[in-house]
Amino acid sequence: MKRWQLYIAVGLGCAIGSVLRYLVSLGMWAALGGYFPWGTLAVNVLGSGIIAWVAAKSTYAPHGSIARWQPFLAVGFCGGLTTFSLFSLETLYLYQQQLFLLAAMYVITSLLAWLLAAWLGEQLAR
Amino acid sequence: MGHHLSIILLVALGGAMGGMGRFFVSNLASRLGSAFPWGTLLVNTSGAFAAGWLLGTLPLPDGLPSSQWALWVVGILGGYTTVSSFSLQTLALWQRGNAFSAVANLLATCLLGFAMVSAGWWLAGGNT
Repeated sequence: MKRWQLYIAVGLGCAIGSVLRYLVSLGMWAALGGYFPWGTLAVNVLGSGIIAWVAAKSTYAPHGSIARWQPFLAVGFCGGLTTFSLFSLETLYLYQQQLFLLAAMYVITSLLAWLLAAWLGEQLAR
Repeated sequence: MGHHLSIILLVALGGAMGGMGRFFVSNLASRLGSAFPWGTLLVNTSGAFAAGWLLGTLPLPDGLPSSQWALWVVGILGGYTTVSSFSLQTLALWQRGNAFSAVANLLATCLLGFAMVSAGWWLAGGNT
């Protein structure tokens, strides 16, 4: 793929991932309320799992269709679905509300769940 | 419904721009070598700073986000920063037997991320 085509693939995937992240956040907010950022946790876990699955599939079959779609799927879609900036904002917000325990729980739960999801995604691709 | 649709279009537009921006920055940072995921650390810490700054500048959304919040925070910064690459790269460092780099990446991302989001918010004139 040419360089500009890679940028189009990444941009398109990221637009779709971002809209999905927004809709999941709205849905989780409506279902579970705004006390804990469930939406961001869910999309970050999901995106970590999918990117590891895509990366492992692409390693096993470097000329397969998943490897060909990697810029769109991994850099674009998973990158747009997940977000570190909102994770930081939510942590800062909980901290400012003096919900220190909840803020710490959010960070630790997130880190463990992201890495576990990536590991699971990789295992599923075997 | 019309407002909702325009919010979704702004998130899509911002997401596309943010994702291409991240791709550009990580391509630049890949010149630093592939031993450590510098690119992801750079986009996430700079994105956290910008998010903190916007939190102190734009009014916080109550219910549906404003157009500016949807474009800049949910779209551009949400697409620019990434957790998926961070997870993949940290796991890969660990599995390659580079436990020190994996833990360093984890701590640097969390501590710098929190420091940068706080600094951005503080510089924008936010206060508790």
